[in-house]
Amino acid sequence: MAGKKKVFSKVVEQKELAGGIFDLWLETELAAKAVCGQFVGVYPKDKSHLLPRPISICEIDQEKGRIRLVYRIQGEGTKEFSSLKTGDEIQILGILGNGFPVEAGKGKRALLMGGGIGVPPILQLAKELEAESHVVLGYRNEELFLKEEFENYGKVSVATEDGSVGTKGNVMDAVKENGIEAEIIYACGPMPMLKAIKEYAAKAGIPAYISLEERMACGVGACLGCVCKTTKIDHHSHVDNARICTEGPVFLAEDIMI
Amino acid sequence: MRDTKINIAGVTFKNPVMTASGTFGSGMEYQEFVDLNQLGAVVTKGVANVPWPGNPTPRVAEVYGGMLNAIGLQNPGIDVFMERDLEFLEQFDTRVIVNVCGKTVEDYLEVVEKLGDTKVDMLEINVSCPNVKEGAIAFGQRCDALEQITREIKKKAKQPVIMKLSPNVTDIGEMAKAAEAAGADAISLINTLTGMKIDIYRQKFVLANKTGGMSGPAIKPIAVRMVYQAAQAVKIPIIGMGGIGTAEDAIEFMMAGATAVAVGAMNFVNPYATAEVVKGIQDFMEQQKIDRITDIIGCVK
Repeated sequence: MAGKKKVFSKVVEQKELAGGIFDLWLETELAAKAVCGQFVGVYPKDKSHLLPRPISICEIDQEKGRIRLVYRIQGEGTKEFSSLKTGDEIQILGILGNGFPVEAGKGKRALLMGGGIGVPPILQLAKELEAESHVVLGYRNEELFLKEEFENYGKVSVATEDGSVGTKGNVMDAVKENGIEAEIIYACGPMPMLKAIKEYAAKAGIPAYISLEERMACGVGACLGCVCKTTKIDHHSHVDNARICTEGPVFLAEDIMI
Repeated sequence: MRDTKINIAGVTFKNPVMTASGTFGSGMEYQEFVDLNQLGAVVTKGVANVPWPGNPTPRVAEVYGGMLNAIGLQNPGIDVFMERDLEFLEQFDTRVIVNVCGKTVEDYLEVVEKLGDTKVDMLEINVSCPNVKEGAIAFGQRCDALEQITREIKKKAKQPVIMKLSPNVTDIGEMAKAAEAAGADAISLINTLTGMKIDIYRQKFVLANKTGGMSGPAIKPIAVRMVYQAAQAVKIPIIGMGGIGTAEDAIEFMMAGATAVAVGAMNFVNPYATAEVVKGIQDFMEQQKIDRITDIIGCVK
């Protein structure tokens, strides 16, 4: 967890992947130490919006010193980011959080699940995982951003809320429909999806590593804004509250109460 | 050499720049960004006699030019704090001020007494947190209650006592006088202003606690005004805070009457802010040919 910094980074390129979903490559010294599942805080330039926006890292190119962020326009801050052009500079805080435990999945049948804007952080994981990976992606509709890229790293199944592609419903519906079995789960997505995965993993008796999101202020573990209830007394808070920005965002599902 | 030293109740600080309680933990998280030895003091996150779990999430929300928080004084309790946080802070050449919170007078006294035999330099008594239902702000919104708890704490405290005042009062001058009359060695202000944010699309409060304390640059003019009013009302030193993020902000508070200043929410915006304020004050003194920083305290009448 060495060397968090707030630094200027340069926009390599940005394009819109789907409606309101943007794909941003940044050149930054922070890439050197990044691991999959970690995130950065991106600062708006507009000083009426002060706090860094926590955005998960979608891909890391250590050779070129770049990270890729795929985010959805959620409010004024992300709206501002969506207008960034090649060569623009933006301040980011990082690298933050713990990341996915890649080693835990080595040689196993792994089920990787991403729902909505929880799809992007799974990509770097899929790339790094030395496992028999089955990726299940959940989308709102037929705008299947990043899906083709996942096909390079494993078998891919899709669920859409409107049923336009793949299984109608969420990722767990697709898991059932396709009879997917696994020895380990990695997931990122909305809270109802993560709750369903936690339950499924407990029944199946397999570990599930899930990445949480929460409103954050500092991003570095000081403000205690982004906590999550844990099932055991943690070493930091002593009141069963883990900091999502620091002890997380990735937790073993059985360790947290969601 | 410009003299940045200040003195509060017999304690000398190498410079007037502190951290605002609750925004800096006990410094562990920010030592990656800032050399804690450069700071006048680290003011810790509030600590109670027993662990407090704090409020449900969401606990924070951004607002125009600032933020709301309703952490609810989550803390590990004084025993863990003394073993871990104080031990950590002892390795640095900076003053340590511990922020103390409680639900009852007895809660506060228990913490104050436990800290009596430690190397802690000063105590800051939190009677102004708007996010907990019992204690805290209940002591900070009425003169008689503030006077009473200040007296009780002064009887037991071995270190000088700073009473941290709430801006959510009708007359800050009266509150400052009450603290002074009861023997407080200093006061700090302002704590956060009670605020609210509603998500109009979900028709829900953004914070689980409904209300939260507002901080950040948007509250700075209110804080400067209150520091000025308190400075007119009392003779004890004032630690000023509320939206400070630059040396210019800090100097404004000092000219309004603050002996020291604290950087709060702006740590989240710029994790290097505290160190930059220290450096910026030195640069300002150089540029303006100010020999002693104490010369500017309350210089604007």
